[in-house]
Amino acid sequence: MAIKIVERRPLSFLEKTYLPQIIAGLKVTWDNLVKPPVTLQYPEERPVIPNGYRGVPTLVRDPQGREKCVSCQLCEFVCPPKAIRITPGEILETADNNHVEKAPKEFDIDMLRCIYCGLCQEVCPEEAIWLQGQYSMTGMTREEMVNNKDKLYELGGTLPDSHYKWDKKKAEAERQQNEQH
Amino acid sequence: MIEQILNDLILSPAWYYTAARGLTVIVILMSIAAYSVLLERKASAWIQGRVGPNRTNHPLIAWIPFFGNVLMRGGFIQPAADGLKFLFKEDALPGHVRKTFYVLAPCLALAPVLISLVMLPFGELPNGKIITLCPGADIGVLFMFAISSLGVYGIALAGWAANSKYPFLGAIRGSAQLISYELAMGLSVLTVFLATATPDQNNALSLVSMVKAQTGAWNILYHPVAALIFLICIFAEANRHPFDMPESETDLVGGFHTEYGAFKFGLFFVAEYSHMIIGSSLFILMFLGGWHVLPWLPNVGTGIFATLIGLGSFFFKLAAFLFFFVWVRWTVPRFRYDQVMRIGWRVLLPIAVVNLLVYFIWYALQG
Repeated sequence: MAIKIVERRPLSFLEKTYLPQIIAGLKVTWDNLVKPPVTLQYPEERPVIPNGYRGVPTLVRDPQGREKCVSCQLCEFVCPPKAIRITPGEILETADNNHVEKAPKEFDIDMLRCIYCGLCQEVCPEEAIWLQGQYSMTGMTREEMVNNKDKLYELGGTLPDSHYKWDKKKAEAERQQNEQH
Repeated sequence: MIEQILNDLILSPAWYYTAARGLTVIVILMSIAAYSVLLERKASAWIQGRVGPNRTNHPLIAWIPFFGNVLMRGGFIQPAADGLKFLFKEDALPGHVRKTFYVLAPCLALAPVLISLVMLPFGELPNGKIITLCPGADIGVLFMFAISSLGVYGIALAGWAANSKYPFLGAIRGSAQLISYELAMGLSVLTVFLATATPDQNNALSLVSMVKAQTGAWNILYHPVAALIFLICIFAEANRHPFDMPESETDLVGGFHTEYGAFKFGLFFVAEYSHMIIGSSLFILMFLGGWHVLPWLPNVGTGIFATLIGLGSFFFKLAAFLFFFVWVRWTVPRFRYDQVMRIGWRVLLPIAVVNLLVYFIWYALQG
């Protein structure tokens, strides 16, 4: 490896007085002083959340308004801090989505336990639970920090995905039944 | 005799008049000190790309339609909140301190600054009288140097009474630094007095006559070297960056006031900022023409307006100077202790001596 010897220039008289450096430094700080601040006035101004941000886990509906969760409880099992608690429930015979196997009766995510790891989203076979742009969870009591089912759907909104797996499954089942007859 | 003293103290209207004047000046000094803390916080925020204190508000002020919001954004209520916080915090007394001296130290830090305020002239009335607490004094600058240097006793005592290592180191550094820079400061001022005082003058050391000698060019134009040395020395005397050896919060955890809290810490705080104010006022009076508006333009307007404009220009210069203190603080890193000593003894002192000799010979040759 070639060795490059850097010539050290002796300091000039002005540099030895240290004053030009101080004046240059004062100019730098003055330039910074007249610049607009880079900080955000947080509660009034909110940061722009990039797409794909993984904040608070939420539940989503499909474009027809059907809740996607089928309460398979995989997220509940995979959740490392055990933040999720699901009570599975049956769907009424009369409901028009009764071809879906199940739906959650209760779905609570304790945000005091959640570590935002995203494993629930990864494990969900129905793409029903998503970590979304909500980044600020606050509350005055422990109860407030538990997101129940209504809150989760309110935060989650709709997933614009027109795959409709359960409808296709129902149509296929009906077709096979017709063929048998 | 006691009757006489009581009579003088309680019944004499002159006493009340003096007390009122003293209180006014102290109140002005305290509010300038409080608002220079705000200036410090705001300017540091601006330099670092932040906004600074802009949330503190009071319902009475928030009620004012537009102005209230401006005041809140500017942080103008912040000093009151800070002061109240110092007042209402628990005044803890650590178990390991020497209690008498521990309590005495903050008072000793603040008292000399308030005393030296006596000699400070602010402006000139239309009838030629000087706005100051002690109009007849002819030893102004000597008195101020003598008294304001006593402030270091507060620091030394605090460091010793706190009975712990960091404050002790801070106090040692503070006193060494003060001794080192006092010399160069005195010599640089001597150069200026050599120039302005005439041999048969009675009040040669008076700050008023110093200001009156600057109706033409200001002293900073004739004595740039002395002004620079004095400037560096007041930074060192006020324990401001880059010379804040006694405090140096990064290596001494706050230095001499490490063990202090609540109101006693507040007193140290006020003392530091008052020191800055006194130092800047001295610089303004000696080098920047005091209450004169511009070089070769001593006053604008006539009568009471001239007085007001003079007062305004004095306080404007003071504010600019305080901003300069803050500006330098957020620009220059702290010197190492040995560098401080080297600058004091091996750079500033020789330059001050040579400067004095050169001016001395020059004036001697001039006759």
